[in-house]
Formats: sequence, structure tokens, C-alpha cells
Amino acid sequence: MTPLWQDVLSTLGTTIRDVLPIAAILLGFQLFVLRTPVPHLRRVLLGFVYVLVGLALFLVGLEEALFPLGRLMAEQLTDPALLYGDAVPDGIHWRDYGWVFVFGAAIGFATTIAEPSLLAVAIKANAVSAGAIGVWGLRIAVALGVAAGIALGTFRIVTGTPLHYYIIGGYCIVVLQTAVAPRTIIALAYDSGGVTTSTVTVPLVTALGLGLASAVPGRSPLVDGFGLIAFASLFPIISVMAYAQLSEWMARR
Amino acid sequence: MPPHIRQFLQALRGSVQDLLPIALVIGFFQVVVVGQPVPDTGRLLLGAVLVVLGLTFFVRGLELGLFPIGEDLAWAFARKGSLTWLLVFAFALGFGTTVAEPALIAVAAEAAAVAAADGAIADLPEARSGYAMGLRITVALSVGAAIVLGVLRILKGWPIHRLIIGGYVLVVVMTAFAPDEIVGIAYDSGGVTTSTVTVPLVTALGVGLASSIRGRNPMVDGFGLIAFASLSPMIFVLVYGTVL
Repeated sequence: MTPLWQDVLSTLGTTIRDVLPIAAILLGFQLFVLRTPVPHLRRVLLGFVYVLVGLALFLVGLEEALFPLGRLMAEQLTDPALLYGDAVPDGIHWRDYGWVFVFGAAIGFATTIAEPSLLAVAIKANAVSAGAIGVWGLRIAVALGVAAGIALGTFRIVTGTPLHYYIIGGYCIVVLQTAVAPRTIIALAYDSGGVTTSTVTVPLVTALGLGLASAVPGRSPLVDGFGLIAFASLFPIISVMAYAQLSEWMARR
Repeated sequence: MPPHIRQFLQALRGSVQDLLPIALVIGFFQVVVVGQPVPDTGRLLLGAVLVVLGLTFFVRGLELGLFPIGEDLAWAFARKGSLTWLLVFAFALGFGTTVAEPALIAVAAEAAAVAAADGAIADLPEARSGYAMGLRITVALSVGAAIVLGVLRILKGWPIHRLIIGGYVLVVVMTAFAPDEIVGIAYDSGGVTTSTVTVPLVTALGVGLASSIRGRNPMVDGFGLIAFASLSPMIFVLVYGTVL
């Protein structure tokens, strides 16, 4: 095992490389197109350094602590030996996988709360709405959506039903909700679908999906293993609009 | 206690609160369901400390760096008044942040493996890497186009739901024609294009643009860029998988 500080340094290198194109674009436009100095340049640079160092520490910490355990757990929970003991039956029933659904929902909720991009959007939404949208309110609404999405997504993998039925069904709910939800929430709700799935959630959820698809008899990881991320990005849209509808309804009473 | 140390401690406490749910979930399942003690506690604690510190720095960096620069750029473009340059910038930001995105590289490689197993392309390393590269460029172009469309929407004040629902209809139509194996990957690809650095920057840009234009409400018009950036890859991966 490499020493920790080496991990931190190499992750910092990767993070810088990922951010380089963004920094080049920002700098290029600032210098050649806008031709204005950056206001508070030193503070902005310090901020970038904080973001890079923060992300590197965050990723190394996840790799050190959370991901090995999360992957192991996804393996253990989907292992037929844990579910059935020695006598693995021929047919399977989705009820046998109860703990997997509970785990999927719980890990979806927990990783979403920790997702840095969602935190960023929540801080911004709170500032723009002058406090009407709470940072925690939005995050919990999104996390509940992800939890429901992952639970339903794992159910789909176990039952082997086609992915597009669920996704198209979800779209229909989104379309109906859009017609009745408060207008100010719609753009934010659509955005929250995209921000839930990044640094923390994707690796754990992908491991769960692939593990489950390889462990359940009759499922193939290639066809059934994907799709959990799609659930995790669709259901928060529904739950955030529901959150706004609920707050509006409570305010009216 | 000096104020900046107190601030830092408060921020640390916030990060601990953010990460507590994960610890509880993992602990509960490890001990109660799987029925085994948590392995390697020392390493786990060290990792947890790093995660808490990292999140604290990241949030501070957002407020100092990424949010201000996104908004300042939006105001600077609004003052300059050149629509062309703003759109070029929007495209460059979408394309540049996506083409090198590690999650997208992983998805493209998976999609190539699926296509090779399916017989759509030859099962050779060159054919697979060519397919994966083509897919990456396609998705990056689509995200660039999506940010351009999203910025235009903010400027013109078009209602977001018409565009997004139109996009959904396209996804549904394409699903009917696309090979089954590509559908799961395409649906997942929407989530992978929006990285932790891009999201705050793009959000600040949108909100800044909506605040700098009279008659636009930052809440109604400022958000939504991320939504475009996550919808367009689904459409383009489906098209890519169907055509090739």
C-alpha cells in the first residue's frame, strides 16, 4: 500500500488535470475576449486552490474509507449465500432481496446528502430565493428522490423488467407535475436531477448495480447492470417538485 | 478565539453533519445485517477525517473562487454585449469540461465493450477505442450545444419546461429505435457529464446572467443549465448507438 501522502499528491495531480481545461477556457476568455482584470484575483485564486485541495482530500478519503467498505457491502448483500444459506433455490422471488432495496435506498440517501455539487446548488438556490428554499430542505428532498430511485432501480434489476418502462413512466409524472408545480421551482428541480450523480454517489451505486446484476440468477451485468444512475437522476426531479408543491400547500392552509 | 478559527470550526461541524448519514448507514448494515464488525477501523477513521477536511475546503473554495468567477463572467459578458462571444464561451465551457471528464471516459469504454459484444463493431482494441473516442466527442459536442441552448433560453426567457419535455419526447422516440444494449448506458450517461467543478461554475454563470438582464428572474430563469447538460448526452448516445 502506498503511503497516504503519495495518494493525496497523485489525486491532486489528477484533479488539477481535470480542472485544467476549465481554467484555460476561463483565462482565455478573460484575457483575450473580455480583456478585463478579474476582480479580487488573489481571492479567486485562493478559492481555486481550496477547491482543488478539498476535492483531492475528499477523493482520497472516500477511496480510503468509504468505497472499499461500500463495495464489499454491495457484494455481501447481493451474495446468494447470505440470502439463502447453503440451499440456493432454483427460482428467485424479489421479496428475498428486501435488504438490498433497503440498503439501496439508505445508501442513495446518505451519499446524496454528502454530494458536494448538490451542496453547491443548494447554497446558490438558498441565496437566490432569499432563504425561501432551505439548504437542508432541498438536499433532503433530493436525497429522498435518489433513495426512492435506487430502491426502485434495484427492484428492476432483480425482476429484470425493461428499464425504459420505468424511465418513460417517470417522465410522464415529471410532465404532469410540471403543469401544476410552482413556476419558480421548475428549473431548479430539473437541475437537481443532474447534480445528484457525481463524486460520491456514482461509484457506490454502480458497484451495487453491477454486483446485483451478476449475483441474481438470470441477469446479465451488461444488459441489467446499468440504469441505476438514470433512476437516481430522474426521481429527484419528481421529489423536488413535490417538495415545492407541499410547501405551497402548507403555506395556503 | 480568533474569528477565522471559529469560522473554520463551524465549517468543519457542517461537514461532519453532511457525512454522518453515510457513516450511520454503513455501520448499521455492517453490524446488524451482514453481522460482521467493521474492518480496519484505523484506516476508516483516517479516511473519514480526510473526507471531512476535503469537504470543508471545497465549500470555502466555492464561496471564494468558483461562485464569484462564474457570476463575474456573466456580468462581464452582459456589459460587453456581444451575443456571439457569450455563445462561443458557453460552447467552449460545455465541450471543454465534458471531453476530459473521467466518468464519461469510463462510460464510453463500457459502451464500446457492449457494441463489440453485440457485433455492431469489430471486437478489436482499435475498433473499440475508435468507437469510444467518437462517443466522447459526440457527448462533448452535445453538452456544448446544450449549454448554448440553455444560455439562449436565459437571454430570451423561453419557458424551460417546453424544451426539456421536448427533449424527453426525443429520448422516448429514440429509445424505440435504439438497440436494447445501448439504452441503459445512454440513460446513465446523462448523470456523468456534470462534474463537481462544472456544476458550481455553470450554476453561477446562469444565475449571474439571469440577474444581469432586466426582466429575468434568477430563480425562474437562472437555473436549468445543468438540466440541459444532462439531457443532451442521453439523446446523442442513443443516436450514436443507433446510427453506428
